Amino acid sequence: MALTQTTEPEQFGLEPAQRTTAFARWVAENWLLLLLGLLLLLLPAVAGEFVLTQIVGWSLDLGLIALSLMLLAGYGGMVSLVQMTVASVAGYTLTILGASSITAISLFWPWWVAAPLAIAVAVLFGAFAGILSARTEGIYTIMITLAIAAAFFYLTLQNYAIFNGFNGFTRIPAPKFWGIDWNEAVPLYYLILFFAAVGYLVVFYISRAAFGLALQGVRDNPRRMEAIGYNVTAHRVAAYAFAALIAGVGGILMVWLNHQISPGTAGIQATIYLLVVAVVGGVSHPIGAFVGAFIFVLLRTFALDALIAVGLDGRRFQLLIGIGFLIIMLFSPDGVVGLWRRWAARVRGNGNGERNVS
Amino acid sequence: MTTAYSDDGGAHGVAIGDTRARWVARHPLASLIIAIVVVFLLWLILAPWPLGFTQVFGSKRLFVTALFNGITLGGLYFFVASGFTLIFGLMRNINLAHGSLYLFGGYIGYEITQWTGSWLFSYVVAFVCCGIIGVAMQVLIFRRMEGQDLRQTLVTLALSIIFSDLMLWIWGGNAYQIDAPDYLYGPLPTPIVVFVRSNGHAIFLRYPSVRIAIFLAAVVIGVAMWLIINRTRIGTMIRAGVDDRDMLSVLGYRVQLIFVLVFAFGAGLAGMGGIVGGTFQSISLGEDTHFLLASLQVVIVGGMGSIPGAALGALIIGCAEQFGQVYFQHYAVMGTFVIMVLVLAIRPQGLLGKR
Repeated sequence: MALTQTTEPEQFGLEPAQRTTAFARWVAENWLLLLLGLLLLLLPAVAGEFVLTQIVGWSLDLGLIALSLMLLAGYGGMVSLVQMTVASVAGYTLTILGASSITAISLFWPWWVAAPLAIAVAVLFGAFAGILSARTEGIYTIMITLAIAAAFFYLTLQNYAIFNGFNGFTRIPAPKFWGIDWNEAVPLYYLILFFAAVGYLVVFYISRAAFGLALQGVRDNPRRMEAIGYNVTAHRVAAYAFAALIAGVGGILMVWLNHQISPGTAGIQATIYLLVVAVVGGVSHPIGAFVGAFIFVLLRTFALDALIAVGLDGRRFQLLIGIGFLIIMLFSPDGVVGLWRRWAARVRGNGNGERNVS
Repeated sequence: MTTAYSDDGGAHGVAIGDTRARWVARHPLASLIIAIVVVFLLWLILAPWPLGFTQVFGSKRLFVTALFNGITLGGLYFFVASGFTLIFGLMRNINLAHGSLYLFGGYIGYEITQWTGSWLFSYVVAFVCCGIIGVAMQVLIFRRMEGQDLRQTLVTLALSIIFSDLMLWIWGGNAYQIDAPDYLYGPLPTPIVVFVRSNGHAIFLRYPSVRIAIFLAAVVIGVAMWLIINRTRIGTMIRAGVDDRDMLSVLGYRVQLIFVLVFAFGAGLAGMGGIVGGTFQSISLGEDTHFLLASLQVVIVGGMGSIPGAALGALIIGCAEQFGQVYFQHYAVMGTFVIMVLVLAIRPQGLLGKR
């Protein structure tokens, strides 16, 4: 499975001379990341409400949900299609326990009860999906998680007693605390940015921590890991549960950002688009999830005008996404991050350009 | 992980009745339960229901119709899922564009029946068209990424996105119904009594003949596939490829050719399934995902890569869906889902799948 075999430069076990170049590379990469962080922090000074929430905010939130998929696919080798569902489970739970315009269903509990409970339910759901799919290997995961996602989607569509069926929930308010109204664009933007940054750092940390290394071992050779005494299934389920935590936070922010949730949020198309986001960005590095999300949101927002401008039917957005995804899968299975790595290596001219090609 | 299309006996040419007898001898309790369930079902279908029964479960007509709908829907699911499982068994990739092939076959079938007026001819055209697409997918794309099953699966996902938008472009969002030919039009009386009037006059169930015909066609195709796979030379090659692809290729067989053939056949079956679906229900956008998911459930329940498993899974999922719609409207989806979860918990490889 070429997609998930990362070729991260190993930081340890290198000669001292190599270590300095590795360190230099690390600084170079982080220099870019720091600049990006600074830009994001200063963005509200220049950008309007639309850019803040609908483009950058939504990209960061979608990226956060895609990050949970990246964690599972990139480090665990499990391409889970259930992550958007997990986010929606959190969103629905928050809405049902908290406030919405559907007074017959929503319980109007305070947000600090509803939100943690929603995340807990999402984690349980994610772990359950993990238990179901972790016992089978590789390619079956896609099949089983897609079936779980579809079951949840059709349940929300058919069930009016709990999920309010086709209409879903509208006018879901973000909370007000610390004297701040989080419905406002700027506070909400910073809230999302905060959680996206935390998510990114945690996943990055995990990739180097004992659990993450064991997970990558499970990805590369489960049988060998089992033989050295690791519990493969437990590692996989734990990864699902942790990914569900990230996706759950993303789901709650998504509801606060969009103020509505409906079956379409957890729909098959949304599920597949999330996979597209993660894969196009690249599942070999956490930043890939956010890169993919940003590209996707830009396309979704501006494709209509762009397509009309070049004389095509503006409704062909889906075709555009499909072709873009196909091209990425044919020529750069490790996504934009892989393209970037190869390009950077070629510019540096150290002959490592073909390392990530599979 | 290997999967096989037949039980051990079939592979060695031993009579199948023999293996079945051995299975019964080895699993006496399971056989007894199955026998009781079968007898009970037969009684439910054939005998007029006592009054108390009707009060609890609703009318017998409802039950028998749901059962028949479930079985015939299972036949339709088998059309789609058998190709899916065949491709999966041999190539280890999940063809997520299988639903799109189904939908495309349905649209083609609609156009051809409109144009020529021949329902049967449309099957041939749909089979050939979808088969050609299958060949193109195999030759142009999958051959380039041999052995990378995850990448292949993601490519099929990309193709399904593209196909579904292209079909939206061409055929729009309307639902199309394919008309069955005259000789299959209308209901067919069956010898099943659904209700006995107080004057002793029995009322028999009448059931759409087109559904019965299509179910019989599914049975014929299933048996033919089983025979081809277990009794012919090409079938032996396919089974060998399922068990050990590399070894088959080392032995000098043209594995690529088998791949192309199987892919074309599976895709063609999906296309024919589209016409069946268009005659049963209707063809519209969104049906591609519906049938992809049905195939997934069928294959997960029945066993991955197994043709008899696809038949069993299709029956179970079809019946579960229909009974769910009749008896638990708001939770109908949960029925098939619970079945899937149970199977995954007890036999992760599926009911007739092999590790």
